[in-house]
Amino acid sequence: MIELNQFLIVSALLFTIGVIGIFLNRKNVIIILMSIEIILLSVNINLVAFSYFLADLTGQIFSLFVLTVAAAEAAIGLAILVIYNRNAGNIEIEKISALKG
Amino acid sequence: MTVTQLTFYIFSSVILLSALMVISARNPVHSVLFLILAFLNAAGIFVILHAEFLAMILIIVYVGAVAVLFLFVVMMLDIKTTIEKSNILQYMPIGLFIGFVFIAELVIVLINTKLELSNMQILSNPLNKFAELSNTKAIGSVLYTDYILHFQLAGVILLIAMIGSIVLTLRERSGVKRQSVSEQLSRSSKIDLVDVKSKEGIDIK
Repeated sequence: MIELNQFLIVSALLFTIGVIGIFLNRKNVIIILMSIEIILLSVNINLVAFSYFLADLTGQIFSLFVLTVAAAEAAIGLAILVIYNRNAGNIEIEKISALKG
Repeated sequence: MTVTQLTFYIFSSVILLSALMVISARNPVHSVLFLILAFLNAAGIFVILHAEFLAMILIIVYVGAVAVLFLFVVMMLDIKTTIEKSNILQYMPIGLFIGFVFIAELVIVLINTKLELSNMQILSNPLNKFAELSNTKAIGSVLYTDYILHFQLAGVILLIAMIGSIVLTLRERSGVKRQSVSEQLSRSSKIDLVDVKSKEGIDIK
């Protein structure tokens, strides 16, 4: 039998990979959006694992809502990316400095 | 080792490897394809956890919609895949440090604690209530009753996302000839009705 901790460790590793991806990436914003998707996926695995081991359905319901928000976020993020690329000509993170950050 | 355990290990190792490939692949198209692989294997883990409906939704929504959207944008934006190596390695130490701190904290906590799930008495939708229903029916019977407000708010979020992305990407091109019906109709006062005599014609100014 697989224990809850194993699912949680897989999810934690996945979350960490997503966080590292955000920090490591200097190429383009799309990879950062994908890292966010990976992070949300790890959260989903957590929710579903707890839902199974607690024998409670609420985790799956909330996983569904996380899925919804992730889809909306991806759509908006990619739309912003498309217009940014149209205006600035590139989406390299190093060159995005309009706010002097 | 049972079959379930073996499947779990296969699924989780493929998820982790493909997630690593997502953040390290040079070509963004490869990243998207590895993201799809990660989602498919996550769906497998959901099936192991008896969440069949969510597994199928994950495949339909993520692989069918979100990943294809990513692929579409990656291919449309024409990104240069050649990057200087020094640029990437510049942020490697801080990234690895933060990742290491994260993973150390999480794994230490997860290995050392044994969660006493049987002590938790806060279950709101215990599964044995839906024992005779399939997973989809059980989710539906909760989602459309207890969580109807959240469900409708999720719908509003999706609507706002749809409107937002349409508004963001809509662009008015200047210099394009197109028909403007209202403008045409409002010109009617400038039209003269002329009685043309037979065999004489009129001069057009």
